[in-house]
Amino acid sequence: MGMPVSAMSKLAWRNLWRNYRRTLIMLLAIALGVWAMIFMTALLRGMVDDMVRQGISALPGHVQIHANAYRDDPSVMHSLPAPDKALLDVLNSEQVLAWSSRIKVPAMISSEYDNAGVSLIGVDPDGELALGFNANDIIEGRFLSTAGDNGIFVGKKLLHRLETRLGKRVVVMSQDPENAIAERGFRIVGVFEAELKNLEENMVYAGRDVVQNMLGIGTDVSEIAVLDFDYRANDGLVSRIRPVAPADWEVLSWVELDPYLGTMMRVMNGFVLVWMVVIFLALSFGLVNTLMMAVFERVREIGLMRALGMRPSAIVYQILVESIMLLVLGLVIGNLVAIGTIAPLKDGIDISVVAEGMEMMGASSMLYPVLQWTDLLLANAVVIVLGIITSLLPAWRAARYRPVEALSRT
Amino acid sequence: MSAISCKDLCKYYQQGDAVIKGLDHVSLQIDQGSFICLSGPSGSGKTTLLNAIGGLDSLDSGEIAIDGDRVDLLGKSALADLRLHQIGFVFQAYNLIPVLSARENVEFVMQVQGVSAAERQQRSLRILKEVGLEGMEDRRPAQLSGGQQQRVAVARAIVSQPKLVLADEPTANLDSRSMEILMQHFRDLNRIHKVTFLIATHDQRVMEWADRLISMEDGRVIRDELQQAR
Repeated sequence: MGMPVSAMSKLAWRNLWRNYRRTLIMLLAIALGVWAMIFMTALLRGMVDDMVRQGISALPGHVQIHANAYRDDPSVMHSLPAPDKALLDVLNSEQVLAWSSRIKVPAMISSEYDNAGVSLIGVDPDGELALGFNANDIIEGRFLSTAGDNGIFVGKKLLHRLETRLGKRVVVMSQDPENAIAERGFRIVGVFEAELKNLEENMVYAGRDVVQNMLGIGTDVSEIAVLDFDYRANDGLVSRIRPVAPADWEVLSWVELDPYLGTMMRVMNGFVLVWMVVIFLALSFGLVNTLMMAVFERVREIGLMRALGMRPSAIVYQILVESIMLLVLGLVIGNLVAIGTIAPLKDGIDISVVAEGMEMMGASSMLYPVLQWTDLLLANAVVIVLGIITSLLPAWRAARYRPVEALSRT
Repeated sequence: MSAISCKDLCKYYQQGDAVIKGLDHVSLQIDQGSFICLSGPSGSGKTTLLNAIGGLDSLDSGEIAIDGDRVDLLGKSALADLRLHQIGFVFQAYNLIPVLSARENVEFVMQVQGVSAAERQQRSLRILKEVGLEGMEDRRPAQLSGGQQQRVAVARAIVSQPKLVLADEPTANLDSRSMEILMQHFRDLNRIHKVTFLIATHDQRVMEWADRLISMEDGRVIRDELQQAR
């Protein structure tokens, strides 16, 4: 027969505050550790999320459909015909947030002063806006108005490199399906600025119909980009599209399209767990020490409880209840402080002083901490589970005392 | 059948090169409802015998049975259950739990036994009143005198009316009046509820309350005699 949990809890609570200074120091250590786990994870999560989002926005689309050979040789030779009804039914279903088709071929752009190799992207402007093109990125002029727009939309960095400006004409050259030169003059109608500067230099946008005409490919496109509702879970969408796509097409999620980003996101989850466990390990020495001290100070009492009929297992529970109380209190404080310090940073932390370094990693110059409830849950679970495991040592020591020896301790 | 049967109990302690005889071939039969005092100088084996009977200490050899059940063969948990349900302990040092009030200390054993809160409260308040601690129920041990603390320990030992009370120098820190009250209470419990008492003491006044006086020396029983109790 064991002691009721309520009685154990009362005893544990009072024991906890017998040496309130030690308990407060331990609480502070647990709270600090939990705060560090959650806060640093939010920063890391924010950074990786930003890198992934930036990466996806450069693709863009969470799922892309190409001809099988397109990724090895992204030329006009490996284009797709317009989607058939079966594929259109899936693309226009409620499971898809947005989709658009585009032409994306290597090209040379020339001004009267300089030229540069770029990716010429023929787009349907409405589709691109739906896919996530940010109109706020336009710093001069306008975005393309229709798929038949004769203008070209270029990045600020490319504009500087070509030593040209808004309203001036540029010539874009590429290859048609017969490997003949296909070229066309465009007037610059808009300039954009991107958080990743290489996008500004390497991407130029023109109307899809205009590019199709220039390359002589009819209604063919290079890729179909599809936007899912959550970039973290696109397998379902991929598995719906694959069965209706022709065999010589490949349907890939962004994780497969950009293995670096996909690996980063997967590694992040493992890293968060490792990070939390490492912090806890540092914390556990304090926890074990505190509980050991508490046990050593109460050897006589533990002997008395045994003498009065408490089983060794009940002594273990008694020490564990005390430990859990300490952990839960520390967790509550740590969680509140973490949430309280992350909330004011929701508008982002300006890290522009290290923007170039961050850009090399594919991240932007603003860091937005991301507090995920799963990370909160993980931090709490790590502390509780490992805390209980760690507390088993002092609890086991306490339960092993022989009553007669414990009672004779002074 | 004897309530307690001790057969050839031996317990030795190594101290350097010397071997101290805690119990040296001690055999005893104690009937249910006995009121026995164990006397003898310090180190004579009184406390060792009490601890062995209560299952607090192990033996090197010998057999102890309470109501026919071998105590020396029980495991830790079974010994804990035996102490919980059949034995009340009173120690020389009061041994109260400092973070619990007098009433909570008295209720502790009943709490482990699973007695309902209402019954615990009723029994603890009654016993504390009987040992003269009415009005002090909510005081922590640090707020009680030595005598008052010992009365709380006694109340805790007898509140669930165990079959056997093992008391080690229960009056060592009590004044004469407190001693008289305590012994009278022990005697009443013994006579009314047939609780067996085994009390280790140096105090001649305590010995006068016993029906049977067992004297020990160097771990051996040197005298075992019945007497007319007060």
